Order: sequence, then structure tokens, then C-alpha cells
Amino acid sequence: MTDPVTERVTLAHGSGGQSMQKLIDELFMRHFKNDTLCQQEDQARLPLKALAEMGGELAFSTDSFVIDPIEFPGGDIGKLAVYGTANDVAMSGAKPLYLSCGFILEEGLELATLARIVVSMANAANEAGIQIVTGDTKVVPKGAADKVFINTSGIGVIPPGIQWGAKQIQPGDRIIISGTLGDHGATILNLREGLGLDGTMRSDCQHLYPLVEALRPIAGVRALRDATRGGVNAVLHEFAKSSGCGFQIDEAALPVTPEVRGICELLGLEAVNFANEGKLVAVVAEQAAEAALSALRKLPGGTSAALMGDVNSSGQVTIKNTFGGSRWLDLPTSEPMPRIC
Amino acid sequence: MQGFELQVKGKVQGVGFRPFVWQLAERLQLKGEVLNCGEGVMIRVDQTANLALIKQALQQQLPPLARIDSIDVRSYDWPQPPAGFSIAVSQSSKMDTQVVPDAATCPECLAELLDSTDRRHQYPFINCTHCGPRFTLIEALPYDRANTVMKNFPLCPACAAEFKNPADRRYHAQPVACENCGPMVWMVNAAGEKITEDWLTQTLAALAQGQVVAIKSVGGFHLACDATNAAAVQLLRERKRRQYKPLAVMAANIDAVKQFAVVHAGQQALLQSRIAPIVLLTPKANSDIAQNLAPNLAEVGVMLPSNPLQHLIAHYFKKPVVMTSGNGSGLPPALDNNTALNQLSAIADSFVLHNRSIVQRCDDSLMRVSEQGQVEVLRRSRGLTPDALNLPEDFPDAEGYLAYGGDLKNAFAIGKGRQIIVSQYLGDLANLETQQQFKAAIAHYLNLYQLPVRQRVVDCHPGYFSRQRALLDHQHSDSAEQPIVEVQHHHAHIASCLVENGWRADQGQVLALALDGLGYGDHNELWGGELVVADYQGYRVLGGLPAVTLVGGDTAARQPWRSFYAHLRTFMPQLSEAKLNLLLPGKPLKQLDISMARGLNSHSVRSAGRLFDAVAASLGIAAEQIEYEGQAACELESLASAAQRRLATELTIPVDGLSLNLAAFWPAWLQHKGSKAERAYNFHLALAVALAELVRRAKRQTQINHLVLTGGVFHNALLTSLLKAQLGSECQLLEHQYYSCGDGGLALGQIAIALIQNEK
Ligand SMILES: [Fe+3]
Ligand SMILES: [Mg+2]
Ligand SMILES: [Zn+2]
Ligand SMILES: [Zn+2]
Repeated sequence: MTDPVTERVTLAHGSGGQSMQKLIDELFMRHFKNDTLCQQEDQARLPLKALAEMGGELAFSTDSFVIDPIEFPGGDIGKLAVYGTANDVAMSGAKPLYLSCGFILEEGLELATLARIVVSMANAANEAGIQIVTGDTKVVPKGAADKVFINTSGIGVIPPGIQWGAKQIQPGDRIIISGTLGDHGATILNLREGLGLDGTMRSDCQHLYPLVEALRPIAGVRALRDATRGGVNAVLHEFAKSSGCGFQIDEAALPVTPEVRGICELLGLEAVNFANEGKLVAVVAEQAAEAALSALRKLPGGTSAALMGDVNSSGQVTIKNTFGGSRWLDLPTSEPMPRIC
Repeated sequence: MQGFELQVKGKVQGVGFRPFVWQLAERLQLKGEVLNCGEGVMIRVDQTANLALIKQALQQQLPPLARIDSIDVRSYDWPQPPAGFSIAVSQSSKMDTQVVPDAATCPECLAELLDSTDRRHQYPFINCTHCGPRFTLIEALPYDRANTVMKNFPLCPACAAEFKNPADRRYHAQPVACENCGPMVWMVNAAGEKITEDWLTQTLAALAQGQVVAIKSVGGFHLACDATNAAAVQLLRERKRRQYKPLAVMAANIDAVKQFAVVHAGQQALLQSRIAPIVLLTPKANSDIAQNLAPNLAEVGVMLPSNPLQHLIAHYFKKPVVMTSGNGSGLPPALDNNTALNQLSAIADSFVLHNRSIVQRCDDSLMRVSEQGQVEVLRRSRGLTPDALNLPEDFPDAEGYLAYGGDLKNAFAIGKGRQIIVSQYLGDLANLETQQQFKAAIAHYLNLYQLPVRQRVVDCHPGYFSRQRALLDHQHSDSAEQPIVEVQHHHAHIASCLVENGWRADQGQVLALALDGLGYGDHNELWGGELVVADYQGYRVLGGLPAVTLVGGDTAARQPWRSFYAHLRTFMPQLSEAKLNLLLPGKPLKQLDISMARGLNSHSVRSAGRLFDAVAASLGIAAEQIEYEGQAACELESLASAAQRRLATELTIPVDGLSLNLAAFWPAWLQHKGSKAERAYNFHLALAVALAELVRRAKRQTQINHLVLTGGVFHNALLTSLLKAQLGSECQLLEHQYYSCGDGGLALGQIAIALIQNEK
């Protein structure tokens, strides 16, 4: 007896012919199904009136997802593709409503793997009340892509009266982080490089809109941003650039799991530079800090939320050590060069 | 009427130069005048004057703080024949004068300070034209009281009379003051409440009780405690969270120093000089100073009081006093009362404060002097800054050059005419507060010397704050500036040594050993163990140390065991897991191996500093974590110095071509027997022998006879002396003296290189 041949993605799956239609029907349509998608037109047709009743401004964002490995503790590339874009939309204050989704598949990818990812996407979207309303699939020859790349775009409506943005930030504001730092980056690093660190490292991949919704009623929220690639440090540098303000975080106040701390100590890396996929940085007025913090902590995705620093006028991003000195944090680079002589 | 004018340039303002000329003129019965001008001092005489005699007297009888760089004689037309000799009103024109470093209290002022009949008895700000603060209180030039922090203290009639009398030691001494008109000292407790009793009595009592006192000095705060009380020293250490960093000791006078340390003539002269630096001395066994002042180190830093306030404490306390920089951990020293009260309230039990502000931070300079009298500066600040260095004669004008230095032990430098002025020591620019001092100090110098920047010069390291700051400054500057010049780290080290030694550009190439922790090299490499042939124009690496792969970025420099691991893995790949586990117990070897193999925050580095770390760690010295830069190497050197004799067993580091063969060294080192001290000594000796052999081969190959020793590793006095002994007279050595061979000297070399490279 021979093993059943593992079914794999072939170039035919992207040819526009029968096998492509089969893939779309049996996988994408089946799992993503909703009224808009099922019309199977070349475009999603979205009712304007309902959107207009929610507010005056659309939030629209796009992101592409390439990650190795594609499945990891706490998530996979599919979940990442849904929440990554949804989170970017949500940082404006909008509830993410619709997503588009484009797949680039590498010839030879196991269909079972693809199916797991599609199911994961569907579940992620369902849980968040997001509809995947239009999509596309391409197959490229082996080696031209790595297993699967996904692009998603999303829209939501910004509620009236919400005008968050980096330009609103002022010296004296407080900086809040919605949970522990670096879980996603450390998990991926450990897995990808085969470091074999045990423990319970998990990606923090999650939908951030519930946290956003909890912050919306609080007056004095200045700006939110999800801290993905480049970590919290990258976000603070973006904030510093657009606001002209300085951002000082307090080393002792940073929530970090023991596992992530261990990998940082081993490699001499900083948790603030590690990627997250389910953490937001909120800058809020001083008088709003307590309210924002307790609103976040009430939610399952924000139990470890913490005040991690203050805004000043230095124009720089710095980290205050436990003894009171402040160390300058340079822009995160993929290859930090040692500087100690 | 015909006459002459003598234009005198150099350190001639604010040092009693005009009254000196006036007194000279009285003696020689000259007719004419003397005045400050933008370029220094102008002396005008009638045609009867004997110019040769005047010039000779000027050079030979100069006041203590003055220095003449040049005297130009021109003819001068007197509108009316001068009747006598006068000190005329200053003419302000283009500024070309020097700011004088702060000078330690002179013997005359010290005598007055302790003389109960003197009107300045125990006045903590006594000074005269021969001593006192300059650099730390000057806000602008010309050096007049109105341009210093003394502008807030109008002179009383008695002080004014001294100030105006050319025969007085205080004639035009800008910081002159007394109890009636000058700054005052008071004392507060840790809560900031004023203590009403006399500050001196209270300070002495606090020290006697083993307390820690924060003292506002001339260039920043100090923390003081009784240096003979180990418990007090420990208390200070615990509050400062510094268990190992050496603490400097102040003693009242040279006799007091000799009670607890060995002092040779060169050291005595340096201690008693106007610089009054901290000098590294060997402590005497069984002396009464505490054992925990410089843990695991063979030397202790000692200084004599450098200002009247310190003199009062040292004189009346009668015992040595710890005098360490008054900073919170990870912060630069506090400069003003409020900052000190904020930052030091958890460290000091009380504060000695005063109301004279500090314009520029200036830490105590740290120096060493060999028995042969060779001087070495480890930290260049008070007493030395901002002395200028004259450029070699074939250099172009440096006006408007600004070199940002390196990121650690930072000092920057500016070009002013044909001179380079290197700033005071500022420290690690990773620290935000230090960055702020750095930015403010650059602005201060540019303003003080009225310099529009023409050329900015930086280190190549892309991650250096100094470099990024320069790029930003350049962007915001006007278009007149030339593009930024980037200088390779070790090239700057070498040029720094060359220019300090007056090496002309036309003298050509030298050989150099550039040994330090790490600097950014070419091709994205990291260097620090280099044998180089270089001139100001360029350099070529001939060889040196082989590379190792360090895991952990900057952490590797703070945890010497990582260097040990890196050397073992690189040079003894055959070492079994079990053996490695024995040498590095409890370390996550599997993860380190993977990280090294996969290049995770791992860097290939040639570094003499990390070789010292590795060797130190292999002996269990500071292996886990160092507390101050170079700690492992310093402790290793100290241990080695304690070895009385070398072992009969030969330890060698073979030389392959122009590189050290560490693959042959490491197995031999692990086998090497003897006490820790003997092994530490033999490592120094083997390294010196190998380096000498490298130099010999390079000399044969290049036919170059001059050798520069540079990079922070050469602050290791044992290695340096062993290497020099090995080389004998084979090479003509060029060594750093008044500028650090470490990164504090980088800015000097950066300017020199930029000047020559811009010329072509
Ligand atoms: Fe260096
Ligand atoms: Mg994104
Ligand atoms: Zn004096
Ligand atoms: Zn007075």
C-alpha cells in the first residue's frame, strides 16, 4: 500500500481554469462566505447609507503578510493577516468592517496547510465581526514565493468626534502599553532560529478593536498605534517625528514575560524593539491616564496594560533606567551594531 | 613719534599678564602702555626701549598661569610721546585669545585662607590672578567680570581697591571676592532644609560621623566621606550602587598623601601642579585608608585640594576624604543646587551649597606619571581644559572645524586659527543628560570663541549619537559648510597621537598599534586589535588580532564571560561540550552556539579589549558583569602587577605573518599553571612579546621606524611598559600624553585628519 499523495497547490490552481474555480469554491467561498462575497462580482458592493450613519470618515488601510514560520504558537499567517490590517484600521477609532484579501501561493504548498490558514482567517474574521468581501489568488512557481503571502486591505468608519493622531500629542501626556512586550517577535525568533527555548512563549496576535472601543469614551486620548514591526520603540519614534515631542519610557514599568526577558538577556536585545501583533501604544492626557488604564485592564486583551512613560519636549526617545539615568533609544535597526569601545 | 608695538599671543588674558608687564616696565623704566586686545595683549613702547631685553624678560618671568605662543614686533607711531607707562583701556576687536583652565589655589592664597588675621581667613572663594576658576565661570569673551558668573557680585570697596591696583596680586582678577561681596556657602540636610550652624563645622562633624556629604565644587558636585572609615565608604557605595568603581581620595597636602601612598618626584610635582589632578598612586600597605576605595585594583586615585573650599575641609578634617564625582548612578555630575538636591538626596546626608553658578561642567582630571616622568592623561578635564594644542607647522588653518569625537568617554574639539581646543570630558552619550551637556557645551564653545562652523567631523559608526547629532546640525546649518568628513575610529586614534606629538603632514607614514574595545572599521567590520600603517591622509591595516564572533551586541562588552565563550568557540572548536561546561558553568551553551551560528545579534570583532576580558574571565575576574568600563582588564592588570616573579613555564602567543595566533595561544593558556597573579602577569608578558614581534616584522616589511601606541588598551601601564621594554630602541615611539589614548582623544585626531584630507 502507498501513502495517499499529499495534495499540493499547482500552477493550475492559479490558471483561471477549473482547478482554480474548485479551490475558490471549496476553500475560500466556503469559509469566508457572506452575502457580499457570494455575489461573486469582480468587486465588493458595499451599502454607503449604512456606513454614512456610522460617521463621516472612512478609515482604510492595507498590509502584506510574509512570515516564517507560517504557523506558530498563538497564531498563523492567516490570523495575522486579518488582525494586522484590522488593527491598523482600528487605531483611528474605527470598528473594522470589511476586508479584502489577496493570496500569493507558492507552487507545492500543501492544500491542507492552506486550508488551515483559510479556516483560521475565517475564524478570526468571524470573532471580530469582520467580513472578507473580496479576494484574489495567484500561484507562482516554486521558489518565487515562500509558501504563502497574504495581502489584506480593510475599511471601517471613524465615529464622529474622534480625531486621534500623533499631532495631538503634547508634552506632559502619559504613554500606555496595552500588555506585555515582544511576545510575537520573541516567539517567532525562537521558532525560526531553532533556539529551542522552552517555556510558554506565544504570539500575542489578537484583535485590538475591543480595547479601542473601551478607550473611545475617554476624553483626552491623543493617539493610538499598534506596535508591530520595530516594536514599541518604532512607534515612539514615529510619534516623535510627527509630534516633535520626546518620549521617555521607564524600564522598570515595562511589562515583559519572563520568557521574553530570557531571550532578551541571552541575545542582548531589547524587548522594546521586538514585534508585537496584539499590543497598542496609547498616548493620553495626564488626567485621562487612570481611566484609560482601568478601561484596558478590564478586557481580556488588556489585563497587563501599564503606564510606561511620559511625553516631554526633548524630541527624542529615551528609556529611564531603574537608577534614574536616561538612555537614548536609537531607531530600531535589523542589525544593531555594538558601540561600546 | 616712532616706537614699537609687541603683539603677544597665547594665554595672556586673565592671568595677571598686564600688571606683570606694568611691573616689568617700572623696573626697566619703559615708557608706553599695555592693553588687552582681541588677539591677546599689546605692548607699546617708545623707540628707546631695548626690545631684546623685554622679550627675554617676558618669556622668563611669566606669571604662573600665562603662556606665550608668539610675540610679533611692529613699528608704531605714537600720536604723542608717552610720559610714563600705563595700563590702557582694552580695545575689543576680532577675538583670538585663549580661555585659561581653572587653576588650583596658589600658595599665597592658601596662606591667606588659613591666616586668622587675613580678611579672607576661611573664605571659600579666595583667588587671585595666579589661581582660581576661569573656564568654569566664563560666559563670554573678553574675559571681564561682566562676562562671568561674578557679574552678580559687585565688588566691595576693599576688593575694588585690590582689583584696580596694578601692584596687587588681585589686579584685574575677575573672580576676586571676599566675605562682604562674594558668593557664600551654606549647608542643607537631605530634605533641603537649611542648617543654620557654620557650614565648615557641620561638614567636619558629618564626615567624622561617617556620613556622606555632597559638595558643590568648581566644575560640578562631589560626594565626600571619611576615606579612613570603611563603613562610610561602603555606605556611599551602596547608595551610589557602585560596588567596584574606584573612588578618589583627597588629602590636605603632600605629607598627608605620603602617609598612605608611595609618591615619587614626578607624582609629587603633578599632584602639586596648578592642574591638581587625581593622580594614580600605589597605596602603602597597612596605611589607615579604607580597603574598599579601589577594590581589586593596585592603584588608588589621589588628589590635593584644588579649590579653597576643599582646602578648608581637608585642612581641618586632618584625614583623607573620599572625593568622588557627585552624580546619581547613570547620570553625569550635577551642576546646580536643585539638580543636586533632586538627584543626590538618596545618596548624601547633607549638602554643601553655594551661590556661584557653574557655567561649564569640569570633572577632576585623572592622570598617571611614570617614574621616568612620562605623563599620561586618562580623563582630561579640570586644569587642562580648554588648553589649546598648536598645530604642526605644515597644517592649514583650523578655524571653524568642529569634531564630535566618539560616543563613549566623549570629548569634542574645535579648531581656532592654528590651534585645536579639545573640550572637557563628557562621558557616555548614550545617556540623555550627557547628550544635553554635550549639545550645550558645543554651543557654548562656538559662542565663546565666536566660531561659525565651516567643517564638521565625525566617527564613521552609524549608531553613534555624536554622528547623528552632527548630521542633524549640518542639515540645519547654512550652506557655507563643507560636507561632513567621516573619520575611521582607529585612524582618528592614530592621528590624535601624531598631532599631539607635533608630527607634520610631510613626515609621512608611521606604524601603529591601535588596540581598544571596538570601533567601526571599513566594510562594515568592527575593529579593535589593529596593526596599521598610516599617515594623516589614510591608513592600511597590516594585521593584528584575529576576529572572534561575539554574541549579544553591547552586552558582550559588559559580560566578560561572553568574550571567553567567543574565544573558546572560535579558537578551540574541538573543545567538548563537557569541557566547555566546566569552563563556563551554568551558561546556555546550546542557545549561544545556535545564536553564534545563525548570526543572531552576533558580530565578528577584532578586539584587544575583548581578549583581555576573555583572559580575565578565564581566571574568574569580573566574569559575570562589569560595573565600569574596562573593569575586567583593570583588575587583571592589577593582579598581574602583584606578581613578584614570572613563572619558569613559557607562555607564548605565536605570530603568524602579521597576526597573533590565538588558536595556538588558547590551549596553552588553559594548560598554563601558576597562581592567578603569575598567570595574569605571564599573559601580559606574552602579549607584549607577541606585539613586539608583530611590530618588528612590520618594520622590516615597510622600513618604517616610527611606532604609535594608541587605543584605550594602552592605559594598561603594565602592558605598555612590557611592550616598550621588548622593543627597546628598535622603534621611535610616539605616545599620547596630555590627551587620552582612549576615546577621549578621538576628536583631536578627527580634526587633524579632516584638515589634511581637505587640503588635497
Ligand atoms: Fe577606541
Ligand atoms: Mg500594519
Ligand atoms: Zn591665588
Ligand atoms: Zn569684597
